Amino acid sequence: MPILKQLSVFVQNQPGKIERLTSVLAENKINILALNIASSGEYGVIKIIVDKPELAYKKYKEAGLTAYLSEVLGILMQDKPGGLHEVAKIIAKNNLNVENAYVYVPKSRKKAMLILDVRDIKAAKKNIAFAGKLKSN
Amino acid sequence: MFWQKELETLNRSRLEALQLKRLRETAARVYGKVPYYRKLFKNNGVTPAHLKALQDISKLPFTTRDDLQKNYPDKLLTIKHHDTMRLHTSSGTTGKPKAVFFTRQDIDVAANNIARCLTMTGVTKKDVLQNMMSYGLFTGGLMMHYGAEKVGALVIPSAIGNTERQLMLMEDFGTTSIHLTPSYALYLSDVLEKKGREFRKKLKLKRAYMGAEPYTEETKNKIEKLLQVKVYNSYGLTEMNGPGVAFECEFQAGMHLWEDSYIMEIVDPKTGKQLPDGESGELILTTLTREGMPIIRYRTRDLTAILPGKCKCGRTHRRITRIKGRADDMFILRGVNIYPQQIERVLMSVAHVEKNYQIYLDANDKMTVKVEITKKLFDGDLDKLKKLQLDLTERLRAEILIRPNIELVEPGTLPVSEGKAKRVFDNRKIY
Repeated sequence: MPILKQLSVFVQNQPGKIERLTSVLAENKINILALNIASSGEYGVIKIIVDKPELAYKKYKEAGLTAYLSEVLGILMQDKPGGLHEVAKIIAKNNLNVENAYVYVPKSRKKAMLILDVRDIKAAKKNIAFAGKLKSN
Repeated sequence: MFWQKELETLNRSRLEALQLKRLRETAARVYGKVPYYRKLFKNNGVTPAHLKALQDISKLPFTTRDDLQKNYPDKLLTIKHHDTMRLHTSSGTTGKPKAVFFTRQDIDVAANNIARCLTMTGVTKKDVLQNMMSYGLFTGGLMMHYGAEKVGALVIPSAIGNTERQLMLMEDFGTTSIHLTPSYALYLSDVLEKKGREFRKKLKLKRAYMGAEPYTEETKNKIEKLLQVKVYNSYGLTEMNGPGVAFECEFQAGMHLWEDSYIMEIVDPKTGKQLPDGESGELILTTLTREGMPIIRYRTRDLTAILPGKCKCGRTHRRITRIKGRADDMFILRGVNIYPQQIERVLMSVAHVEKNYQIYLDANDKMTVKVEITKKLFDGDLDKLKKLQLDLTERLRAEILIRPNIELVEPGTLPVSEGKAKRVFDNRKIY
């Protein structure tokens, strides 16, 4: 089961705020794989999966942005009808609490990756049965 | 109309002789009974015996907000606190309020001064006064209540808020006079306007007494037009009995300050030096009749000027102008005195909230506190930020009694404080 690094960035809901995030990435030739925005009106949290998370985190800090680096689960699933359902069944069976989820579909379009932000990533990692089932998927 | 014509029109030399007599008594009282004042007097090298003439008051020490806070709760009393009859408080900067005690006579004097104010603006016992100020530790409600009762008017202690009920009471009981803050008056005007002209015609409303917050001549004109009343400006502060310290008469050219109850001085707020009549500076007040807790040369931090010349009404008590500003960073919102330090203390009580914050005051009493989200506060969880926002709102509401908007902003959005940072941005245009 791949563990991915996710960047969370605090942003105020104002014009130009996302541009500030993307410009840092573009300047440093960092590629965005997936992106998700959670907003509460006046402000929000942008979650980004990039190809060079540590570098992106360092550059964000240098730019004075409030960023946080955390681990999320990346689950490969078949890019076909019923693909997400298979994964959802496993999540439910294992009582995993999902904070946030979004999907990344690579260029090949053969498989999609479900990015799961779970509250207790340590428990998820230790859950061998879960990991096994994921592998067999 | 006069409530006490003789005292209100007492010729200046007799008024000043009365002031000197009372000043000497007050100074002797605090010197003899309050160790803190005795120490302050000694530090200034004065005793009550130095008070040969009225101008000798400048030899006495000032009393500051800090002096009141240092002596909290009751160390400035000349008598035991159970021998006083009432406690009022006003916000302080240290987490404790400023406590002010009143004896039966103190309340009687305060009420009597308000009776003078109401009478000179036309209130008689035939009037109905609806008191739309909050009742409680704040002096605005209770002191006005006692003053209006002294005149013999019917007093409706409706307090602030519940505007529909306020209008119902005004209609059903023929309210002629209202006492309220300018911000509530603006709100009341809005609601009344929506009710339409026919409703206004049913009301007997003639006059509004506005105080507890500074406001401009424009606000006054607007309220006079919308409510179709005469608006009278009232000045007061809890430390000096609350409302009715100074009040407009029917000629509305400045506020008469009751000089048989207070000695007023205007000083340069930086040097503390007395300024002549007509010049703007900080108002300094000394109580002349206080029994329980006399206060010597209190630095009100309010900026005003003494108007030279006589008033057409015949009263000899001099007038001050509308309050022009503050010599400190206190601000008043919905009648509540608030110091930025109070806000800062609450923010600092929450882990990892840093000192960078700003307070914005906008029209309709909107208060927004901007707080920077620092790295330590952020772990990518949006719900945690929402909880933080709610927690800060509730803690601030408990401290300042007003629910502010908390705005979370990115670090670096607020200017880094260099020296004394500007914290309060008042866009209400009240001065």
